Amino acid sequence: MNALVVRDLHVKINESHILHGVDFDVPSHKVTALLGRNGVGKSTTLKGILGLYPGTGSVQLNGQELIGMPTYKIAQSGVAYVPEDREIFSTLSVRENLALASRSKTNSEAFESIYQLFPELNTRAAQLAGSLSGGQQQMVAIARAMLNTNEILLVDEPTKGLAPKLVTEVADALAKVAEATTMLLVEQNLALVKRIAHHVVVMDQGRVIFQGGPENLDDPSWVHQMLGVSGGHK
Amino acid sequence: MDTFILIGITGIGLGALYFLIASGLSLIYGLMGVLNFAHGSFLSVGAFVGFWVASKMGFETSMPEFILAMIVGGLAAGLFALLIEQLLITRLYDRHIDQALVTVGVALVVGAVLGGWFGNDLRMFPTPMWFLTAIDIGGAKIPADRIVYIATAILLLIGNWALLKYTRIGLIIRAGVENRNMVNALGINVRRAFSTVFFLGGFAAGVGGVLVSVYSNGVSPLIAGTYLIYGFIVVVIGGMGSVPGSFLAAMMIGVIRQFANYYATGLGDFVVVILLAVVLLIRPQGLLGKVRA
Repeated sequence: MNALVVRDLHVKINESHILHGVDFDVPSHKVTALLGRNGVGKSTTLKGILGLYPGTGSVQLNGQELIGMPTYKIAQSGVAYVPEDREIFSTLSVRENLALASRSKTNSEAFESIYQLFPELNTRAAQLAGSLSGGQQQMVAIARAMLNTNEILLVDEPTKGLAPKLVTEVADALAKVAEATTMLLVEQNLALVKRIAHHVVVMDQGRVIFQGGPENLDDPSWVHQMLGVSGGHK
Repeated sequence: MDTFILIGITGIGLGALYFLIASGLSLIYGLMGVLNFAHGSFLSVGAFVGFWVASKMGFETSMPEFILAMIVGGLAAGLFALLIEQLLITRLYDRHIDQALVTVGVALVVGAVLGGWFGNDLRMFPTPMWFLTAIDIGGAKIPADRIVYIATAILLLIGNWALLKYTRIGLIIRAGVENRNMVNALGINVRRAFSTVFFLGGFAAGVGGVLVSVYSNGVSPLIAGTYLIYGFIVVVIGGMGSVPGSFLAAMMIGVIRQFANYYATGLGDFVVVILLAVVLLIRPQGLLGKVRA
């Protein structure tokens, strides 16, 4: 059973044709990693699914067509998003960032589970989010996406720019989150991908060139050919 | 010393009027990126509706009657702003040149309709007799109406702050000023916040319109243009989207303009333009504005 089915997704930004008919599936209750070199359209794919960039083609969430819907309705349908560069609201406190994201008025259980997963957010609840470290900001971004009941979580490069210790913390949190939800993960850190992904989609030049299991990531020559990096180092 | 106090408080009173106009402009630009040239017409609608209500009370109004006229003027301007937003602006989001053209068009049409209907001459705004008295502050005789301008601006600032700080719509507006797309991505229809901001901006401009008419010794469709220019200058100096920034800039401009007019004989406007140029060169995002990514 697939939670998300993407077919012939095209996205143009101004005059540039970025996605040229992207096709892939995201199985339910599994983690799907969307991989590829820089600039092949991975982040654009996530934004196209969420309607942040208008696209053509078909994106179905549990059978419901998302193309043409406004972004806020797509999010209300159960698509949560952890953007690249976090995009937390820096002038709001941590508590305000979370309160804004919560669409339910009686959501104390969700807040409790968030604070269990990220105790630091509880102690820093009154602090301005803009004054947090990169890792703490990433925790806010992930927590924000987990406050509501979602059908799928879109996560864009969650470990980008983080120190190695923080990468481990964020990876642990994502592994826990992945136990409970369907996830589409864009990530350059192959160790993290190998740890949590059940399914791999590889893109090149705005198209999908591979879909399959993550076992190929153990083959350095496959990794080098598909992703242009050394499998042993990333 | 008394002259110094008189000029200072008159400048703060003038700044209060600028703030009433600029607060809505700033939030509308900060949240929606709309350069709203129709904002002056909200001021005119508020002024004329307030004038109509006050006129019904007779040539002289009591303070409660004047406050009623001010609130009705503000509400009429707020509803007019909401109508403009729903009919025109919602169709033009992210089309900045079209927005500028349409809002300029609205300003021209409203100015022409009011001018055709009432004429462009000043019509005396009925005010409480108390406005004609003077209050002694540090030996300076301060016209009482200045205190009303300042008190209204402070009330509006506090109301604005409370709304933005303690309500969910305020939270959405603050987040939307920072990153509109991300608010949408959280499943929040940010356009509802746009409508609220348009109404509140129109209300403040309408209240400002009534007070500007008192300050200018009468109501006229021609007043809006001058104050709108100052509203834009305040927004740029204070920082787009920052209401406290607008308050600070409005007070600075009001006081500097008054002092320059007195000590440099009529150079107030020139000094304000120089101040604008200096701020744009040194701190383009304005005093309390944020650099946009």
